[in-house]
Amino acid sequence: MNVSILVPSALRGFTAGAASVGVQAPTAGEALDALVAKHPGLAPHLRTPDGALRSFVNVYRNDLDLRGLDGLATRLADGDTLILVPAIAGGRA
Amino acid sequence: MALTLSHDAWCAVTAHAEAGYPHEVVGILAGRGARATRAVPLRNENAERPATRYRVDGLALFRAEAALEADGLEVLGYYHSHPDHPSAASDEDREHALPRRSYLIVAVHDGHTHTHQSWRLRDDRSVMDEEPVTLESA
Repeated sequence: MNVSILVPSALRGFTAGAASVGVQAPTAGEALDALVAKHPGLAPHLRTPDGALRSFVNVYRNDLDLRGLDGLATRLADGDTLILVPAIAGGRA
Repeated sequence: MALTLSHDAWCAVTAHAEAGYPHEVVGILAGRGARATRAVPLRNENAERPATRYRVDGLALFRAEAALEADGLEVLGYYHSHPDHPSAASDEDREHALPRRSYLIVAVHDGHTHTHQSWRLRDDRSVMDEEPVTLESA
């Protein structure tokens, strides 16, 4: 499936400034793998060392949060858009 | 890197941090280049531990940043407060930080602004480095 992944401004330094990256993948997880293969500098900001999606990175398929679908196994259709939407978090401890 | 805040932006940050005490407050720093001219308060959505943690949902952040960009401003980073705690970046801050953004931390002691420091995450996420902060006078 041909899909577009929208990259937030904080991470565009790792995509040569591109706000949208096109990839071919059958599922959301494989689309993110394809994105990271094209732009390896994104890897530590999207996934933890053991490969899970970082907790503050939300991914939407079109307008729906992947967490309410099938997560990274969510199947994609031609023309879908995946949107990466980082939350911000932190605190004194 | 270095961060400069206009007088108005700094006043907005300290007013928000002191009004929110003893809870942590959070907001966006926007402007151009490395000069922040606007501080936009956000709602700390961490209801369980608001005195020691903050969180802003992705879509709320996305909408606020889109509105700033529509005004021709760049998002330079974020500010948050550390109530009764130093302004050093914590492991919690580093774990959740975005790269290539400034993280201004304001220590608030007994309701009054104390120290401030700004930090930036390295691209390999290993550490947050302190950057100089310049506060413009009125």
